[in-house]
Amino acid sequence: MTLLEAVDVHVEFTSRGRRARAVDGVNLTVGEGEIVALVGESGCGKTTLARTLLGLERPASGAVRYGGAPLTYSTRALKAYRREVQLVPQDPTGSLNPRHTVYEAVAEGPRIHGLPGERERVASALSRAGLRPPERFFPVYPHELSGGQRQRVVIAGALALDPKVLVADEPVASLDASVRGEILALLLRLRAELGLSALVVTHDLGLAWNIADRVAVMYLGRIVESGPVEQVLSAPSHPYTQALLSVLPESPAPIVLGGEPPDPTRVPGGCRFHPRCQVLAGGKAAEAGVDGRCRSQPLSILPAVPGSRVACYFAEVSRAPL
Amino acid sequence: MTSPETRPGTRPEARRGGLLELRDVAVTYRSAAGDVPAVRGVSLELAEGEALGVAGESGSGKSTLALALLRLLPKTARVTGEIMLDGEDVLAMTWGRLRAVRWASASVVFQGAQHALNPVRRVGTQIAEPLLVHRMATPARARTRVTELLEQVGLPAWRARSYPHELSGGQRQRVMIAMALACEPQLIIADEPTTALDVMIQAQVLTLIRSLIAGRGISLIMISHDLSVLAATCDRLAVMYAGRLVETGPSREVFTGARHPYSRALAEAFPTVGDFASRMAPRGLGGDPPDPMRLPGGCSFHPRCPVALPSCAWRDVELWPADRAPEEPASPASSAPSHTAACVHVLPDPEAGPEPETTGEDETPAGRPAKESA
Ligand SMILES: Nc1ncnc2c1ncn2[C@@H]1O[C@H](COP(=O)(O)OP(=O)(O)OP(=O)(O)O)[C@@H](O)[C@H]1O
Ligand SMILES: Nc1ncnc2c1ncn2[C@@H]1O[C@H](COP(=O)(O)OP(=O)(O)O)[C@@H](O)[C@H]1O
Ligand code: SF4
Ligand code: SF4
Ligand SMILES: [Mg+2]
Ligand SMILES: [Mg+2]
Repeated sequence: MTLLEAVDVHVEFTSRGRRARAVDGVNLTVGEGEIVALVGESGCGKTTLARTLLGLERPASGAVRYGGAPLTYSTRALKAYRREVQLVPQDPTGSLNPRHTVYEAVAEGPRIHGLPGERERVASALSRAGLRPPERFFPVYPHELSGGQRQRVVIAGALALDPKVLVADEPVASLDASVRGEILALLLRLRAELGLSALVVTHDLGLAWNIADRVAVMYLGRIVESGPVEQVLSAPSHPYTQALLSVLPESPAPIVLGGEPPDPTRVPGGCRFHPRCQVLAGGKAAEAGVDGRCRSQPLSILPAVPGSRVACYFAEVSRAPL
Repeated sequence: MTSPETRPGTRPEARRGGLLELRDVAVTYRSAAGDVPAVRGVSLELAEGEALGVAGESGSGKSTLALALLRLLPKTARVTGEIMLDGEDVLAMTWGRLRAVRWASASVVFQGAQHALNPVRRVGTQIAEPLLVHRMATPARARTRVTELLEQVGLPAWRARSYPHELSGGQRQRVMIAMALACEPQLIIADEPTTALDVMIQAQVLTLIRSLIAGRGISLIMISHDLSVLAATCDRLAVMYAGRLVETGPSREVFTGARHPYSRALAEAFPTVGDFASRMAPRGLGGDPPDPMRLPGGCSFHPRCPVALPSCAWRDVELWPADRAPEEPASPASSAPSHTAACVHVLPDPEAGPEPETTGEDETPAGRPAKESA
């Protein structure tokens, strides 16, 4: 059952007088007990979409729906909503108050929401996040922790509210090997035991492979490919997904995309990936007779369906993955 | 990549320590709760143009070590040992000298450095600042240089006029790398430079970093917990655990043939996408990273070690030659071992060695330490 949903969401910013289409038409669903990975390049709009799903940004058009109902943006309604859908922010250092102890940081959420059993709540959240024994971390300040330990405090802060959905923005990017495995296993365990859903925002395809049921690949404000992880990551159809997989450290033939990094104030016409597309540049799109459309005909927005979908003229005609 | 013969760091006769030489460096933080021994005796050497990767999990002391190299640690930190940068003792430098060295000789790309950017000033102005402050360029020349630097890190020139909040996390990290490059340092210390970046930008940044080292003889110390990234970029790897080096050696050798069980766990931590064995089965190392204030006796890794021997609880092994197989002839030119590991299993006879001593919590190094460490 669909729990959290983005319906044709557009989010815009004004950047030095220009309109930045940070999220430019996205359909995405997170089902109950489902783990969805949102992957894509830096600046492609993942965090903006995540913040919009959390009610922290208001869509310029389109809607966010939770449990079938559109979000209400009153302070009260948002407060209740945030208990259900918790953010694990991208950047632990920036999100922790340097003058608050670990205990205070994790207790903040339960206090705001007036939840009982604060001390036990904090202790259990900390130990679930891998800070054990938790009591030892109660009086510690963020500057006394290493980067990874700080991220675990932040994750504990989200877990302290027993949410239904975690929106985790790069939850393990700053964590070392052992913690990475532990936190990812934790997300799987929380899902198995509590039916917790998660939208995991990441550039780490290995993470998606490790824990996600579905993956959505985002490029310049749009989802360009989505579907079950096994399918999308073992046999990617979109040239951008193929490039992303090709630059993993152990990959034999990296396609390092050059060109102008995507800029939401200058979204190219036609297929928005076309200025950097290796399939178009290599002449394969022309061979297939789609190059004209690549350059000038806008692609339609992908629907949020469980199966595989790809927004690419070449993939449509060649069908079989490259 | 250049061939192994032309890479200074991989030549056995290369003048190691040409640029940087650490001898038994230890850093202890004083805190309300007591002393925190964050780095406990690290010796390593870095040649000109060499790239050294330092791996290890959070809290192992990587950042502390990096900050110690340029005395950037807070006042609560006590540093002992010797840090020689281009023949000069960093720990004995005056503040004026140190300031000059920090920009001209060596610069650091900090972990989470995006916060170091001033939110109300354009990034171009911030990149130009060290050039102007150190009178290394006229204002006009600095502007051109900013454009060059932005291009080098893959940002268009017009981004110079952006404010930090207009950039994504990855874009801000690239601005920081541009700042580190501004004064053309001999040594770049990059603390987790790509950890927060997406794979594509990481590939671009790593390609950039590799070309800087290869093309201009810049030396690099790159810190990361991702062994695969380090192996793809660096000549040599040093793996840190609980404030010590536990394995050092040529990158490929350490990555594909780690001799220390902790390095092995690090190497296996990131799944290969497409490998169904790791699907819905994230792999990690059990147990918690050690608290530096309560380090276990013996080998500090023993509570988490899958191959620990009973003696590991009291016996602490220093770095020991760990070249792959004894029958492989050692390079005749190398008097020092190129691959070392601090594990009882690389000793000629793991079961032999000193009996538990009465020194209590103190480390009791077994056998002779390896001559050369990194
Ligand atoms: N408040 C803002 N004002 C102007 N532009 C913004 C603002 N916030 C984000 N942007 C722009 O919107 C785009 C998307 O940013 P976002 O932070 O969502 O990217 P991201 O995919 O999360 O990137 P990363 O992987 O680097 O975190 C970027 O081009 C960014 O510069
Ligand atoms: N300013 C400080 N005061 C007290 N302890 C600190 C301070 N900075 C770091 N530490 C401690 O020193 C150890 C090493 O930290 P750090 O060098 O940041 O590790 P790494 O970079 O490998 O993650 C950790 O246990 C950390 O908690
Ligand atoms: S539509 Fe054309 S330009 Fe876009 S990704 Fe497909 S082949 Fe490349
Ligand atoms: S010395 Fe013993 S405990 Fe330490 S890594 Fe080797 S086997 Fe494991
Ligand atoms: Mg982001
Ligand atoms: Mg660090």
